[in-house]
Amino acid sequence: MKNEKSKSGFFGRMNDTNLLLTITIVIFFLMYIGAIVFQGGGFTKPQMFFNILNANAALIITACGMSVVMISGGIDISVGGVVALVSMCCAVYLDHHDGSVFGSILIALGIGLAYGLVQGFLVAYLDIQPFIVSLAGMFFARGMTTIVNTAPFNVADEEFTALKLTRIFIPGMGTTNKKGIYVPAYVEIGVIVALLVVIILFAVLRWTRLGRNFYAVGGNKQSALMLGINVKKTKFLSHLICSILAGIGGYVYFLHVGSGSASHAMGMEMNAIASSIIGGTMLTGGVGNIIGTLFGVLSLSTIQNIVSSAGLDQAWWTGITIAAMLCIFLLIQSIVMAQKKKALKA
Amino acid sequence: MGNQLFIPILALLLLAVINLINDPGFFKITLGTNNAGNPVLSGYLITILDYGSELGILAIGMTLVTAASGGQDISVGATIAIAGSAMLRVLCGGTSRPTELAAPIFVAFIVACIVGMLCGAFNGMLVAVFKIQPMIATLILFTAGRSIAAWINNNELPIVPDPKFSYFGSFIPGIPIPTTVFIVIACVVVIALVLKFTTLGLYTQAVGINEGASRLNGINPTFIKFLSFVILGLCVAVAALIKVSRLSTINYSVIAKDIEMDAILAVALGGNSLSGGKFNMWASILGAYVIQFLTTTLYKFNVQSDALAAYKAIVVIVLVVFSAPTVREYMKQLAKKVAPAKKEVA
Amino acid sequence: MEENRVLEMRGINKSFPNIKALQNVDFSLNKGEIHALMGENGAGKSTLIKVLTGVYTKDEGTISLDGHGKVTIHSPQDAQKYGISTVYQEITLCPNLTVAENMYIGRGDAKLTNWKKMNEDADRILQSLEIPAKANQQLSNCSLAVQQMVAIARAVDMDCKVLILDEPTSSLDEQEVEKLFGLMRDLKSRGVGIIFVTHFLDQVYEVCDKITVLRDGKLVGEYEIKDLPRIKLVAKMLGKEMDDLSDIKGEGGTYEGPDGDEKVFEATGLQSNAGIKPFDFHIKKGEVNGFTGLLGSGRSECVRAIFGADRVIGGTVKMHGKEIKISNPLDAMKHGIAYLPENRRGDGIIGDLSVKENIVLALQVLTGFMKPFSKAQVNAFADEYIKKLNIKTASAETPIKSLSGGNQQKCILARWLLMHPEYLILDEPTRGIDVGTKVDIQKLVLELAKDGMSVTFISSETDEMLRTCSRLVVMRDRKVVGELTGEDLTQNKIMSTIAGDK
Repeated sequence: MKNEKSKSGFFGRMNDTNLLLTITIVIFFLMYIGAIVFQGGGFTKPQMFFNILNANAALIITACGMSVVMISGGIDISVGGVVALVSMCCAVYLDHHDGSVFGSILIALGIGLAYGLVQGFLVAYLDIQPFIVSLAGMFFARGMTTIVNTAPFNVADEEFTALKLTRIFIPGMGTTNKKGIYVPAYVEIGVIVALLVVIILFAVLRWTRLGRNFYAVGGNKQSALMLGINVKKTKFLSHLICSILAGIGGYVYFLHVGSGSASHAMGMEMNAIASSIIGGTMLTGGVGNIIGTLFGVLSLSTIQNIVSSAGLDQAWWTGITIAAMLCIFLLIQSIVMAQKKKALKA
Repeated sequence: MGNQLFIPILALLLLAVINLINDPGFFKITLGTNNAGNPVLSGYLITILDYGSELGILAIGMTLVTAASGGQDISVGATIAIAGSAMLRVLCGGTSRPTELAAPIFVAFIVACIVGMLCGAFNGMLVAVFKIQPMIATLILFTAGRSIAAWINNNELPIVPDPKFSYFGSFIPGIPIPTTVFIVIACVVVIALVLKFTTLGLYTQAVGINEGASRLNGINPTFIKFLSFVILGLCVAVAALIKVSRLSTINYSVIAKDIEMDAILAVALGGNSLSGGKFNMWASILGAYVIQFLTTTLYKFNVQSDALAAYKAIVVIVLVVFSAPTVREYMKQLAKKVAPAKKEVA
Repeated sequence: MEENRVLEMRGINKSFPNIKALQNVDFSLNKGEIHALMGENGAGKSTLIKVLTGVYTKDEGTISLDGHGKVTIHSPQDAQKYGISTVYQEITLCPNLTVAENMYIGRGDAKLTNWKKMNEDADRILQSLEIPAKANQQLSNCSLAVQQMVAIARAVDMDCKVLILDEPTSSLDEQEVEKLFGLMRDLKSRGVGIIFVTHFLDQVYEVCDKITVLRDGKLVGEYEIKDLPRIKLVAKMLGKEMDDLSDIKGEGGTYEGPDGDEKVFEATGLQSNAGIKPFDFHIKKGEVNGFTGLLGSGRSECVRAIFGADRVIGGTVKMHGKEIKISNPLDAMKHGIAYLPENRRGDGIIGDLSVKENIVLALQVLTGFMKPFSKAQVNAFADEYIKKLNIKTASAETPIKSLSGGNQQKCILARWLLMHPEYLILDEPTRGIDVGTKVDIQKLVLELAKDGMSVTFISSETDEMLRTCSRLVVMRDRKVVGELTGEDLTQNKIMSTIAGDK
């Protein structure tokens, strides 16, 4: 049993998912080291890293959902809209209707569930392009957010504020500030939720039948059908998971910012897609990894931090960097894969 | 041909009837004078004709892109911002409050055209050469576009000092009809001539219907797809001229917001398949005015501008659901079932 | 059912609208037997396979399986349950998953994946079948042959008793085919019955025990491999008995070939990326010649290379003795070469466009982007050829997809004739169309040649080629193996050249 494919070299031997994941992790560490070397200061402090997590917990959650849909060969660009809608509905519920925190969590989950059911049905069972469906979904969510309440406002509910300000301290990671006072490192509740989501989804994708079916359907729909997989149901569930996670992500976002606004999470769908792609999820489906997505989010926010600490702190640089990174990684993907095909053919 | 015009005309009549019932004076056109003391026509119909112009022009390019590539360009709103910003930069020469034009309007417009076509070429390259799905490829500029636009003018909002520039988006002194109407007519004439004196229409449809067969007949499908995006880029530049001229300045995050949705909707309303192939240009353009009619009607019913998207999203979903092959098949079978039952009754 | 039988199909009938795809076909398979199912296109092989795997339901007949008795198979899943597994020409596995996953996904009820156990199980099976792949390797990192074998391994592990291999070797090279054969022999020794569908004669004689031949939906016969020499097999498939040697050539409408000696087109060592061996070819002014060989022998790939439809990777081409470069179809068209493709629906018609647009398309492209024909011109062209070729259509505005196959083909023919080419290539122009139209097209070809056009004519029906061509290039297994002219143009000679018997 000699390895007959040794001629195909490094790219050829590696599994697509691991190959792209490796590229992502390497790039992240290079970037972080680069940031420390060139910017110094802040990047060496653990809290800097935790702040990145705090600010991006919601993005991590939605990006994970996005990865699931993309692995199954679909896409969902309504997540940003859903996040905004969730934040506005919860804010209105808490402040104008004097609701409870528990109720607001139910609202968030309910919105996600409703979105998942409708979009999943349209995509999987009526065979409509996921892009068109979720484009409409995005506009609907944005429109609905304004209909629910036009003006942005901060939530004053005490129970909620307490939850928002809850910090989980990380022992041993704190720093001593100039005055000699020890400042402990902390993360917000959202980060814990995000990490839970990452761990659960990682396990689902790796070890469950459903998870593997996502990969199979994304890899080749026709083959998956021939292999005895219920393709429609699998697609439906992928959209359902993505939208529910968008709902949860929406609540975490709400918890972080503590306000409702129609302009919340503008372009978040793009960040989620970009994170997934940077994290090694293939646009064409069938390849991807949740750990990669986590690193995708971290890479994205690290580069944003670098950009802003390099003095390019005008708002537009963020959009441009993300788009540029997305563009570069799209091209890397297509080049690596083409290279791999060539190596195998030769 | 005539068949395809049926849908937009029906929609138009429907809207007209609704408005007539709501307000019998809806179609009244009056001749008055504006702030500058020029004679102008006013009335809801004039508003629709005037404000539907950008959409009508975009519908031309969007129809070609849809027909050739089987996908849609969602970056048009963002590229309008880019082209418009480039135009302002040339007109104002980089200062935010210039006292006189830094360059003739004509030159600025040419620059905008080049910028628009470059954006189109970028999208076209990703789609035609790198074979990325159109909506994903255009997602890059969709995100980065407004940031790039802001960057071009250093995030300043320059105001064009010459009142002549505002003629394009309002009225030329002495002529009571909005200038935009003439611009649209010019564009329609140009595209009509192009379709008549070149084989663009035939090639585009052939590529959209059967790419393989087109290639065997000597057509270069890659070039045709690329070309359709470049033409859309040109349409974007013209739309940008109107948009910027209306205000004599620009608002990067608001200009042409959500217009991509309307443009796609116009193509769909024109009875053109969103998965490419045969197209009817005039139905699309008519579709654009139907959308504007809908928008005006919604405004008249006191719907806020931000909430419009939600209503339009519903229209889109209804349209795509009823044009989905699975749904059509189902309806056919339903019709078959109902038909014999009727016979029995008879 | 006889001892040792694993499958018996009796009196199978299956009709589609207008076509009787299978008429009273019997088929039986023993344990530990490799049984070739042979027949030309439209013979009913794939219909029979689809009946067996539950894709189609039979109209009449019985299917009996060892251990189950008479069964009715409703779906592919049903077939799998009864131990019937199919491996198709195109790999129906997921390239992004590992080898082991591809063997186990979609089976069983386990909600969780036990990777360790799965990999161990898979490795054991791979090893026992001597398949050179590792369980945790990604499938797309394996060669096509290994992927085929993994599909077979999946089937074997599902405890299959009947394994159907539907043209599994089309995309494999010789070494890979050898590996596959090794695996087939191994399975045979374990008592699996294998149905092997292929177009490659050599392979049949190398690995099979029995042959069942179908033709036009009817059973021709079941033979032991040693009782049926190649030439007889070819005769059975094509439906010409060896004794029946009446030369069809000369039955009127014959054209004896060109007078001159001017080579219109000449290719040396031409090779494309579609997997054919380099070949030489030429055609004279006013000549009608053809490529013959069984399906899959590389006939179409040759003419596609000439037209630049596939990427040319070697060789030189000359037009009237002058060297030219053809890198895409437009180049070929500019040099006066026209090509009517084999796959009418996929490569020929532009379905939603009207008849007239389809007819003028090629000439329009050749004329140029900036010079569209006026409506009057288009109508004139369309009317001329609708009349000339007797195309039956409601109007010139009708979408071509609503025409019958024969009339669609005439439109495509009109498209190329309108271009007035010097050299016309017709790849299976008569496939799937009615007899009347077939005769029309043959007559037209001869007329065109008389007027000085060079024509290459490819058809699965040898009669047709004998009637029209004055020279035949014979192909086997993607190689040119002979050229026949004059006296040699007989059914007999063609068959023996195709079969490769001395």
